[in-house]
Amino acid sequence: MGPKSPIYDYLRYKKKFPTVWCPGCGIGTIMGAIIRAVMSLGYDKNDVVMVSGIGCSSRMPAYVDFNTLHTTHGRAIAFATGIKLAKPHLKLIVVTGDGDGLAIGGNHFIHAARRNIDITHILINNSIYGMTGGQYSPTTPRRAFAYTAPYGNIEPDFDVVELGIAAGASFVARTAVYHIIQMGKIIEKALKHKGYSLVDVISQCPVLYGRLNKMRSPVEMLLWQKEHTVDIKVAAKKSPEELEGKYIVGIFKDDPDMPEYVSEYQKLIDSLKE
Amino acid sequence: MPNKERPALVQGNIACGYGALAAGCSFFGGYPITPSTEIAEFMARELPKRGGKFIQMEDEMGSLAAVIGASIAGAKAMTATSGPGFSLMQEHIGFAYITETPIVVVNVMRGGPSTGLPTMTSQSDTLQAGFGTHGDYYAVAFAPSSVQEVFEYTVKAFNAAEFLQTPVVLLMDETLAHMREKFIYPPTDSIEVINRKKPETPFAWFKRFEMTPDCISDFPAFGDGYRYHITGLVHDPMGFPTAVSSEIVKSAEKLRDKILIHKDRFTYYEKFMTDDAIWLIIAFGTAARSAKQAVIEARHHRMKVGLLQLYTIWPFPDELIAELSRNVEGIVVAEMNMGQLIREVKKACPRKLPILGANRYDGVLITPDEIIHSLKAVHGSKEK
Repeated sequence: MGPKSPIYDYLRYKKKFPTVWCPGCGIGTIMGAIIRAVMSLGYDKNDVVMVSGIGCSSRMPAYVDFNTLHTTHGRAIAFATGIKLAKPHLKLIVVTGDGDGLAIGGNHFIHAARRNIDITHILINNSIYGMTGGQYSPTTPRRAFAYTAPYGNIEPDFDVVELGIAAGASFVARTAVYHIIQMGKIIEKALKHKGYSLVDVISQCPVLYGRLNKMRSPVEMLLWQKEHTVDIKVAAKKSPEELEGKYIVGIFKDDPDMPEYVSEYQKLIDSLKE
Repeated sequence: MPNKERPALVQGNIACGYGALAAGCSFFGGYPITPSTEIAEFMARELPKRGGKFIQMEDEMGSLAAVIGASIAGAKAMTATSGPGFSLMQEHIGFAYITETPIVVVNVMRGGPSTGLPTMTSQSDTLQAGFGTHGDYYAVAFAPSSVQEVFEYTVKAFNAAEFLQTPVVLLMDETLAHMREKFIYPPTDSIEVINRKKPETPFAWFKRFEMTPDCISDFPAFGDGYRYHITGLVHDPMGFPTAVSSEIVKSAEKLRDKILIHKDRFTYYEKFMTDDAIWLIIAFGTAARSAKQAVIEARHHRMKVGLLQLYTIWPFPDELIAELSRNVEGIVVAEMNMGQLIREVKKACPRKLPILGANRYDGVLITPDEIIHSLKAVHGSKEK
């Protein structure tokens, strides 16, 4: 793939590359999937806004040729809410990690989902705080190791999908970096969806999570994703025992009829004019 | 709308709302907190009627985040809060500062720290308004003292924010926020409204944080066709993060110089009977009204007292204090806290003078008598 590939039109490759991400990291793959989804939907780059918080995943906006905003830790969704309300025609993509999106930013996440505001939230879930060097996050599984869980994690982890559905998001899906084709399709659907669309993407951090949890190579981590994910259609035919320890991937909720916040606000404005 | 023919009795918080609308505010993000909530309620009622947007966010950090987002998308945007909420907002005030995003933050001061005195008056966030966020920071903060002035200074706060592309804090206090006074809506064509500088250069040549002689750069909104990067990291003129020493220094100095170059333009104050004064009171906000009365009463007793009322608190008008202190023998700084602005006054005075505070920090408005008491003390200290 040379600089003539159409994807280069969407990258700030002359200014910002190489990226800060470690070898074997999954974030670049996800960035590629997001760009291809935007390309296939034919969005004007001037209408796309990518917002992020703090962490490895949050460096993504610097590399893509959209309107890009790198904000504070955990608050990306709240910034995106302001942008979307002020200019409703813009397409808002929020990229968070698991610590950024679920710990410090958990409150903004559930409330944006509750409002069902038209934002696409790509939650890059590698179960670790990477930027700060390997501390446990709200999605680190029990008994997994991290530098702040040196004897194994004793906290239960969040199920991002259940959380998103319970909070009121109208589109909720999970995928993994290993399932690159599925990931692309799901992100495209999430972008097209009008309302809060949440995509939990299981990603890999071989340098920290992998090293601490006996999966030192990116290939081992991707194979782990292959072995530990079950498609939602296949899962429907399996018993709970068979699904123990597995992550179901696919689209869990896709409700286009739920009232969307910005449209509701516009209706309110219109009703006051009469 | 209360106008010259039909003045109305209006609350300070409501006058703030009128001022914001007059300045062109079209976005309010907030979180309920006493004693500022009436501003949010007013904006929730009025903004949608005008096609603007109001959102009640899940907390104060989210409020200011939404406000900054709306401003980046081109709206004039504000929030209003009080003590604890103002503390929570500090990180995003820093973010707006380093990303050069115009926003207005109204802080209706109540007693603190922590939950403090939620329903009682105070001026104890004065230093916080200047130094609340982490890192080197040059703040802009205005402090009106009457309902009419709340309107005027809310407009000025938006103008300063838009012109300087920086967060501006409007410091009110509980007394001012809840007091009802005569208010006249000025003729619309008499209200000066300033908008942020927009680019004329094509996208290919555009640099969001370009170094300019007056440190003001062009600011297109997201969606205007100028795709650029904004980050809370120290950045180069393009907006991308940098770790190059020379660029770090230039970026920090641009943010500082932007405020200092235009300091005179945004320094507001009023002198009252200072021409022949040998004793000077310095005050702001509602304390300045008690101070004015103290001047009148002291003059009855043939004390040559004058008042310097500050409307611009930050950047602190050091030169003005230095100049006025030249002809006086003592200064009283009247404020409703344990002595915050007095530190700045002491730093700004080039020669040694008795400088005393008249302070009240029990949640009640300071009285003229208390200020006169301090005047007598400063007078006495000189005679010793």
